Amino acid sequence: MTAIGTRPRPTPTRDARGRALRRSLLGNGRRPGFLTYGLLMAFFLASAYPLWWSVIIGSRSNEALGQTWPPLFPGGNFWANVGEVFDTIPFWLALGNSVLISGIITVSVVIFSTLAGYSFAKLRFRGRNGLMVAVIATMAIPTQLGIIPLFMMMRTLGWTGEIGAVIIPTLVTAFGVFFMRQYLVDVIPDELIESARMDGASMISTFWHVALPAARPAMAILGLFTFMTAWTDFLWPLLVLGPGNPTLQTALSQLQSARYVDYSIVLAGAVLATLPLLVLFVLAGRQLISGIMQGAVKG
Amino acid sequence: MESGTHMTTTLNRPAASSPAPMKPALTFRQRLNVLDMKASPYLYIAPFFVLFALVGLFPLGYTFFVSLFDWHLLKGQGDFVGLRNFQEVLQDRFFWNSLFNTLSIFLLSTIPQLIVATAIAALLDQNLRARTFWRMSILLPYIVTPVAVALIFANLFGEQYGLINNILESFGIDRILWTNETLPSHIAIATMVNWRWTGYNALILLAAMQSVPRDIYESAAIDGAGTFRRFFSITLPSIRPTMIFVVITATIGGLQIFTEPRLFDPRTSGGTAAQFQTTVLYLWEMAFDRSNFGKAATIAWLLFLIIVLFGLVNYLISQRIATTGEGRAPGRGAGRRRRKRSTAPAVVLPAAGPQPPAPGSAEPAATPAGTTPRSTR
Repeated sequence: MTAIGTRPRPTPTRDARGRALRRSLLGNGRRPGFLTYGLLMAFFLASAYPLWWSVIIGSRSNEALGQTWPPLFPGGNFWANVGEVFDTIPFWLALGNSVLISGIITVSVVIFSTLAGYSFAKLRFRGRNGLMVAVIATMAIPTQLGIIPLFMMMRTLGWTGEIGAVIIPTLVTAFGVFFMRQYLVDVIPDELIESARMDGASMISTFWHVALPAARPAMAILGLFTFMTAWTDFLWPLLVLGPGNPTLQTALSQLQSARYVDYSIVLAGAVLATLPLLVLFVLAGRQLISGIMQGAVKG
Repeated sequence: MESGTHMTTTLNRPAASSPAPMKPALTFRQRLNVLDMKASPYLYIAPFFVLFALVGLFPLGYTFFVSLFDWHLLKGQGDFVGLRNFQEVLQDRFFWNSLFNTLSIFLLSTIPQLIVATAIAALLDQNLRARTFWRMSILLPYIVTPVAVALIFANLFGEQYGLINNILESFGIDRILWTNETLPSHIAIATMVNWRWTGYNALILLAAMQSVPRDIYESAAIDGAGTFRRFFSITLPSIRPTMIFVVITATIGGLQIFTEPRLFDPRTSGGTAAQFQTTVLYLWEMAFDRSNFGKAATIAWLLFLIIVLFGLVNYLISQRIATTGEGRAPGRGAGRRRRKRSTAPAVVLPAAGPQPPAPGSAEPAATPAGTTPRSTR
């Protein structure tokens, strides 16, 4: 595919050709051809269109759905549809719950993961390696399959319907611990910790003054992904919260379950629910990308 | 130095140290300090282990316990039935049906996704203009939550008014029964997964491609290897560990797929004839629609075993591949098993934070950062 795009243009002399080849291989200056951009553009359109289409339908009435070729641009019905969404589901309650749940989980995961990751990366204690392997092993265990006892537990405690039941199981994650450990192991020089200890700093104040500042970039990335994961979670909130006290995701799913489904309203709701993350994407898209490329991983 | 001082104090006042005559007496502050040093590491990692024991390990173990009983959603624990639940579930047509659906959707979403993601990553692994824009453009679907994705695609794939059928019809092609037929429904659900995750995985693969030292490409080119040859002989073998990693994550997630099939047709639990009922959806139905916790726990436990089995197979395969891959691309692969090598500091995360204008063009600089994605989790 890329062959055509990157092949050096025919050049007059062998010498120049060789230089061009070399330059292209080193990746300096050489730009790929239009085919590359064309393919990327096609992929981008395929990625964006379903979203754009929901904006179009969500801002019109159901009639737009019947047309073979949907209109290209949004109509004027969006706010009316949004009004319908507000009438159908407790949108603001759901939004508030989602913000609260994802926010608390994010703060907690970042703090506890940084503490544990620091401990694994920089402190010496008996059983460290074995315990670290245990942490990694737990990442491969599908804990979602424990929902039945977990649900029974929450019911016994009387927490069903409370957002605490969603927050508590994810207050700290194996992935977070591992992620922070991997980052901190290289980033903090051991001498720095030792000298802080020499100066008589307690363990926790060493953590606070030495590790925490160094950990900040990774904490931001971990926070971003933790927030995303908590925000998109569906199965467990659906189960334990029920329709009375929904998150944004479970509330949104209620739109689809109504007896008479009005798709323009459903899609207006989908668009509305996507907006907060779209804002996050615009503000922190670069961090998301570098986080993924550095190996932050699906929750 | 400290111990020296204590020695002298002990010598001066032998009586005072009688409880522990061999050890130098520590001041209260010093004792506190030692305690701090000894206990803190455990204290810091304790939250994870305590929480995991409570909400991870215990529920999984208890699931097995529940599976040995007649257990009703509301009435609670009933008679001990031994392995009868297992017997019945294993003879249950719908259990096997759900496994088949899960695997089918998993394959339909993993294989095309991996191929497209690799291609996109290869396209991005060039000296592009507006690099950040392109990277962001492929990540756009990732910010649409699975619930919203399911709502959007359930409409696109609607049998009567769906956009896709409308367009097919305008070309004179028969409408496809996206929800009512087995394979089309699997394709529709796999499309949701593919749409959301392809760009994300392309970025992971891109990171792997960028950690391949550029001079390998250079010398290959001097030896006369064309673009395709270089891609298949250098790029692919080099990113294989990362591909395995992507597959493993896709497996753990894919075998537990729930949201998409649940919302594809929310009036049923995976279709009128369970044609796209996945195993977790079946578990859900058994537990909360049919109130049979005993059987639901059995299904959960069986699925757990299957996922662990898949994990082991993945692990063994990746071991083999990593070993054979070593000869081809020196320095990578081999003993560096992502999952196990927690103690290998060789790894990961150069300077995190907003990625500086590093990668892409002047790539040789990326060699120290090298092994990034492979060492992920």
